[in-house]
Amino acid sequence: MDKFVYDVVVIGAGGAGLRAAIEARLAGKRVAIISKSLFGKAHTVMAEGGAAAAMGNVNSNDNWMVHFRDTMRGGKFLNNFRMAELHAKESPDRIWELETYGALFDRTKDGRISQRNFGGHEYPRLAHVGDRTGLELIRTLQQKIVSLQQEDKAEYGDYEARIRVFAECTITELFVTEGRISGAFGYFRESGDFVLFETPAVVLATGGVGKSYKVTSNSWEYTGDGHALALRAGAKLINMEFLQFHPTGMVWPPSVKGILVTESVRGDGGVLKNTEGKRFMFNYVPDVFRKQYAETEAEADRWYTDPDNNRRPPELLPRDEVARAINSEVKAGRGTKAGGVYLDIASRLPAEQIRKRLPSMYHQFKELADVDITSAPMEVGPTCHYVMGGIEVDPDSAAAAVEGLFAAGECSGGMHGSNRLGGNSLSDLLVFGKRAGEHAASYVDALPARPKVAASDVDSATQAALAPLERKDGDNPYALQHELQEIMGDLVGIIRREGELAAAIKKLGELRARVAAVSATGGRRYNPGWHLALDLRNMLIVSECTAIAALEREESRGGHTREDFPKMEPKWRKVNLVCGMGPNGEVTLEHQPVPTMRDDLLNLFDKSELAKYLTDEELPA
Amino acid sequence: MSKRKFRIWRGDATGGELKNYQVEVNEGEVVLDVIHRLQATEEPDLACRWNCKAGKCGSCSMEINGMPRLSCMTRMSTFEETETVTVTPLRTFPVIRDLVTDVSFNYEKAREMPAFAPPVGLKPGEYRMQQMDVERSQEFRKCIECFLCQNTCHVVRDHEENKKEFAGPRYFIRAAELDMHPLDAKTDRKELAQQQQGLGFCNITKCCTEVCPEHIKITDNAIIPMKERVVDRRYDPLVMLGRKILRRDQIAPLASTEPAVHAGPVVVDETKAPVDFGRELLPPMGAAVNAKGKVDLNEMLSDRSAAASPFGDDVQFPVDPTALNYYHPDKL
Repeated sequence: MDKFVYDVVVIGAGGAGLRAAIEARLAGKRVAIISKSLFGKAHTVMAEGGAAAAMGNVNSNDNWMVHFRDTMRGGKFLNNFRMAELHAKESPDRIWELETYGALFDRTKDGRISQRNFGGHEYPRLAHVGDRTGLELIRTLQQKIVSLQQEDKAEYGDYEARIRVFAECTITELFVTEGRISGAFGYFRESGDFVLFETPAVVLATGGVGKSYKVTSNSWEYTGDGHALALRAGAKLINMEFLQFHPTGMVWPPSVKGILVTESVRGDGGVLKNTEGKRFMFNYVPDVFRKQYAETEAEADRWYTDPDNNRRPPELLPRDEVARAINSEVKAGRGTKAGGVYLDIASRLPAEQIRKRLPSMYHQFKELADVDITSAPMEVGPTCHYVMGGIEVDPDSAAAAVEGLFAAGECSGGMHGSNRLGGNSLSDLLVFGKRAGEHAASYVDALPARPKVAASDVDSATQAALAPLERKDGDNPYALQHELQEIMGDLVGIIRREGELAAAIKKLGELRARVAAVSATGGRRYNPGWHLALDLRNMLIVSECTAIAALEREESRGGHTREDFPKMEPKWRKVNLVCGMGPNGEVTLEHQPVPTMRDDLLNLFDKSELAKYLTDEELPA
Repeated sequence: MSKRKFRIWRGDATGGELKNYQVEVNEGEVVLDVIHRLQATEEPDLACRWNCKAGKCGSCSMEINGMPRLSCMTRMSTFEETETVTVTPLRTFPVIRDLVTDVSFNYEKAREMPAFAPPVGLKPGEYRMQQMDVERSQEFRKCIECFLCQNTCHVVRDHEENKKEFAGPRYFIRAAELDMHPLDAKTDRKELAQQQQGLGFCNITKCCTEVCPEHIKITDNAIIPMKERVVDRRYDPLVMLGRKILRRDQIAPLASTEPAVHAGPVVVDETKAPVDFGRELLPPMGAAVNAKGKVDLNEMLSDRSAAASPFGDDVQFPVDPTALNYYHPDKL
């Protein structure tokens, strides 16, 4: 078995992981980046819209306070206010920093970074590059890491002297010695060989959990590894009931079901219509948003050219509202055969403009579905997209409950509350990626002695990893994954009910024994069946957290919609549901108060607005 | 829904073979869907890379009926019902297992590519660039690193020996991207492409452009301008004219004149006699020799159609008299 010693091991090579690694390396630490896929392929590339940062380049009225307000509103006030505050304050710096790494964002006329409108953001705020902002981000960070390696090569004669990328490597276990992180264990996909990292600090940046769902925009990697590793190491997960279903994923053709159609299609003038040709979003504007959104098509249409004197079109409502509206239209029988509605930009903008503004969207539809979005409407519907819940961290340091464990990006929780605004995830991963890297480095500095990995832990991790290959009579991992996806998609989906959730928990419990006894055929070299068998237990435990928390929260808020409790309850706003792991590997659940917002932040809101979210006694005098 | 014939290469570095499969194919599916169905049914350990399944990450590169393609972007409807679809791993890179190859070559080349050099004196947030100026580089930043261009390029496809000196189309567009970056502080990107990346190997067959799933005009917009501009600097008419009318010491040294050693400005003592062999003159740049100290004979390595001059590329014949240890008597 290969053994490596590092100061900081970053698990995950998406935006958050790479940003954390850069920061830890800049702090002088020796850093390993563990990438489940090849370097530069992480799911971050899928982000299309942009990165939200209140730079005020397009509308100078924008500032961190407005961004903070939007984020809290979007998350229905369940956000960790401190994270939302740090995020709003620091994201402009994180974006500007990327330019010094070589990023090329689209520009305003005066040469600054251009910013675009996006659902839930009061001003144009998203730094973007056409509709491939995520790719720009990942490539920029990837290239920054290469440039740091070049500096190390010049100094030490070795590219990998202080930062090394372990591509196609999966971590299956974290080791904790006397309450502190001591190492990580995993395997290389290519050879099937095991690897041990001895390290006092681990940054989890493994992304989301979407692969537990039938219809998802997430790739195979999104199996909740970080969530599960943290649970097993003794950390907690919060807000796991909140999953974001992107309102507009492709529903046709079937092979690309789930692939996202960026919100900027709507920001640039696209409208949603049902099969009767009606622009239905006007019927779904909730009271809390009534004031900010147009009531007539004429006013909505004027907004695109004159946003100061008109209210926004309801197509730009937060994602959960749009997803719910589409779901209702389809359930009322006004959806397409494939279970979606129409998103029409073809009749709204000239073909030339569409190709210019939405190049990769145009390209994607043309190539994948042979649909020309400049001449025909798209067929779209809700698809599992993002998990708001994740590892509970300290807002300033990104530290989890276990000493030496840090988390950033989608796998951490709290920042987005019950619903994430579009564009906030790219800035989230930069802001908290940097913080995680920085604090992991200072944690290592302050450590008197490095904890040692126990040999028995390594043995049991090895045995657990090899077990599926040795068993012959267990279920096929693909079949189990399919069953899990069916359960989650059908029973813990976008609209939830008590009976279905209870049934899901029961079925997941039954699945548990079968997942524990799964068997994989073939050898250890690049064997996807074996890899899936090892991922399954992560997917299962995280799915259980979601189902149990979803049953507990008897209200509808953001990314959690209970048909039997359709209203948002101020008393539930004060509660975070926290999942942990019991002694026998079972999921535990407890209520924990949401941190109380400081007065200076509370005063940024109108009292009338606060009244929609807070209980009477919480309201400022 | 119908059963379709597939032939998929199975094996590893020690060898392998094409295996036949009959797979169910549904309307609207792509080749990657079929591979996933095979994994979920009869071949759970069939190795294949993929991530986004939307043509954005560039992981699922393979050769389909001999064509380098992204399998997530290859619709089954593009084949005849009766056609057998043959899927093989990328040929240019060593096989790991089944459809997975070792693409570390590309990451090594990426590391040799000098990084973006931030402009001195500009703080974060102070960068100002015009949209039309960033657009040229943005085209190249669309690259999803699927490495299909690297795989298809004939310079390395069947020529393992060229891999050492040739970075490949992916890194030529990276060089072009940085060269065209409005604020990149490094000014010798073209020369580096010529001297260190092996741009001269490319003889513009455009195979890379043809296979690019992002439709980046690799050859026309990156490679040719990079080649032309390297030549431009050497043969720019103004520079040529300058060479004719100016003394050698008045000509700004070319960035591409490495490994020439310049002794600094010439001090001309006008009081001296017509011939003075002791006068210090700029030595010629020396021949453009390769690592073995020889002039390359292969024109593919050169940036012009003829062979390199053994006297050094900055020596023009007839020799400019002002650059000799000789003053015309009229000047005395």
